[in-house]
Amino acid sequence: MKPIVAPKEQQPTSFAFKDMTKVADILSRYPEERKQSAVMPLLDLVMRETEGQWIPEVAMEEIAKILEMPRIKVFEVATFYSMFILRPIGKNHIQCCTTTPCWLRGSADIVKACEEKLGIHIGETTSDGKFTLTEVECLGACVNAPMVQINDSYYEDLTPERMKEIIDALSAGREVPAGPQNGRKCSMAITGPTTLQDEAKKAGVA
Amino acid sequence: MLADKDRIFTNLYGWNSFTLADAKKRGDWDNTAAIIAKGRDWIIEEMKKSGLRGRGGAGFPTGMKWSFMPKPSDKPHYLVINADESEPGTCKDREILRHEPHKLLEGALIAAHAIGAHKAYIYIRGEFFDESSNVWKAIHEARAAGLLGKNAAGSGWDFDVELHRGGGAYICGEESALLESLEGKKGQPRNKPPFPAMAGLYSCPTTVNNVETIATVPTILRRGGEWFAGIGRDAKNTGTKLYCISGHVNAPCNVEEAMGIPMRELIEKHAGGVRGGWDNLLCVIPGGSSTPLLPREICDTVVMDFDSLRAVQSGLGTAGLIVMDKSTDVVYAIARLSYFYMHESCGQCTPCREGTAWMYKIMQRMVTGNATIEEIDMLLDISKQIEGQTICAHGDASAWPIQGLFRHFRPVVEQRIMDYRKQAKAA
Repeated sequence: MKPIVAPKEQQPTSFAFKDMTKVADILSRYPEERKQSAVMPLLDLVMRETEGQWIPEVAMEEIAKILEMPRIKVFEVATFYSMFILRPIGKNHIQCCTTTPCWLRGSADIVKACEEKLGIHIGETTSDGKFTLTEVECLGACVNAPMVQINDSYYEDLTPERMKEIIDALSAGREVPAGPQNGRKCSMAITGPTTLQDEAKKAGVA
Repeated sequence: MLADKDRIFTNLYGWNSFTLADAKKRGDWDNTAAIIAKGRDWIIEEMKKSGLRGRGGAGFPTGMKWSFMPKPSDKPHYLVINADESEPGTCKDREILRHEPHKLLEGALIAAHAIGAHKAYIYIRGEFFDESSNVWKAIHEARAAGLLGKNAAGSGWDFDVELHRGGGAYICGEESALLESLEGKKGQPRNKPPFPAMAGLYSCPTTVNNVETIATVPTILRRGGEWFAGIGRDAKNTGTKLYCISGHVNAPCNVEEAMGIPMRELIEKHAGGVRGGWDNLLCVIPGGSSTPLLPREICDTVVMDFDSLRAVQSGLGTAGLIVMDKSTDVVYAIARLSYFYMHESCGQCTPCREGTAWMYKIMQRMVTGNATIEEIDMLLDISKQIEGQTICAHGDASAWPIQGLFRHFRPVVEQRIMDYRKQAKAA
C-alpha cells in the first residue's frame, strides 16, 4: 500500500529533535555499531514531537545523519510501515479495524457512525483539524470487537451510539477512558469469570 | 476442564496490577536463581520433557529450538521475543504484556541463560502502546530490584532486556522479517538457511520465541516438565494454552484451558456458546486467520490441539477461534481476509505480491457472484501456485483460507454465481 506523502509546499525546511536526551536514550538500547536499529523509534519520536503527528522529509534526513545511514534507507523504512505517517493529520486519529473478527461484530456500523458524525470518509481529515479517519487491519483485540484505536489507545466493545458519544467528548476536548466501553473487565467474558474462581472472589469480580 | 490450580496466567484479566509487588504475590521471581543454578542442560532437558511447543503458531518444540543454539563463542547470543501479535483472531499475548509482564521477564532470564544470551529484545507491535508502557515499567522495576542487569536475580548471569516497538506490519511476526525490522530495515523475510540459531540478529546466534512460550517457562520449571506434559491429549500436544474466542459467540473472551479441549466445550463453557445456539453455528476458523475454516460437522467433535486440527486439514495456529453463525456471509468473511493478506504482503516475492492481489480481486467477484464456475478452479489453482513458492509462509497463509472456503462451502459460491447469472438475465 502506497503511503500518502505531504506535498513540497507543506514540507518544513528544517528539523531538530526537541529532546536530545530521548534520542540518546533510544540509541543506548542498541549496540554502538548497530545504530540503524534506532530508526523506527526515532521515526516514532518525530511524530510525537511534530504538530500534526507526522514525519517531514527533513526529519528523515536528520535521522539519516544521526544514524550514519543513507537517507534512502530511512525513506524505505518510513514508507514500509503503516504507522509512520508522512502527511499532517488531525489531532485525534481514529483508526477503525475492519478485519474479519471486527467485521463479524459490526465494524461496518462503527465506520458508518464515524463517517456520519464527522462528515468525512475513510482517509480524510475534518476541516477543523480535529479528526482523521483511517481504516486499519487487525489491531489484535479481537475478543473485544468491534474496536478502534484513537491515537495511542484502544476503545473496545463499541456500539455506533457509543462511538458517536466518544467523538462528541473528544470534540469538546474531554478525555474518554480507553478500554472496553460496555463495562466489562478487559478480555473476561461479560457474563463473568468462568475460571480462576478464588482470584475472582478476592478481586471482587465473581 | 483445566483445574484452577493448573492455570499459569492467574492475572490474565488484569484483576490485580502488573507491578512487581503484585507479581511476586502470584509467585513470579520466586528464587529464580535456584532454577538457573540447575544449569543449562537441566533447563533444556526439562523443557523437552514438558513437550511445550511454540505458542506463536508454528508449534515447534521449544526445548529442541533452544538446543540448536551453538556453544558460546566470541559472538554474542541474543534472545528475541516475538510480541508482534497481529494474526487476525489473536489477542492473547496482549494480556501477558499488559497484565503479566513479570512472567515474561522472568522467563526471558531463564531462556537467555539456557541459550547463552546476555541480552533480549522484546519486539512488540507498535499499536500496543499501552501494553508496551506496562512492559517498560516492569523492566524498570526489575532493573531497580536487581532482577535484571549484572548478576540478574542473584543468578550469577548478566542479563538485560530492551523493548523495541514495531511499525504496524503484520509480516514482522515472521521471525526473520522481525530480525530485519529490529536491525532498522524494511521487514522483509530472509532466505533460510542460515537459520537464526546460526545467524540471526546482527548475524549472531539468535533464538526467537513467542511471548506466551517464554512466559510459560518459569511455571514449567517450578512445577516440572512432567506436570505440564500431564495436561493435554498425548505426548505431542501438552500443557495449558491461551485461547481467544471471537466472533458470533454470546460472550467473547480470552481463557487459559487445557491443550486438547473439545472445541464445542471451549466455546460453550467459556464464551457463552454460539449466538442462537450450537445449531446456529456455520463454521469456525480455529487458530487465527491463516488456518482453514471448519464447518459445523467437524466443530461438533474436533478437539483443540496441533495434531487433531491438522488431521482435519486446518491447524491450531495461535488458538484464536473466529466463530461464525448462520447469518454470516462466509464468502465475504474470507474475502476480507484475502484483502488483509494482500495489504500485508511485503512485496518481496512475486507469487505473493501479485498473487494475493489477484486472489482478492477474484474473491470480490465471488462475493457478488459475478464470476464463472470455472473461475473457482482457476482461483484454487492460483492459490496452489502461491503456496510453497515464497520465501516465507505469508504466501501459504494467504492461500489457506481460500482453500478452506472452497473445501467446505463450494456449493454456496456456485449457487451465488448461478443466482447472479439468473438475475442478470432477467434484467
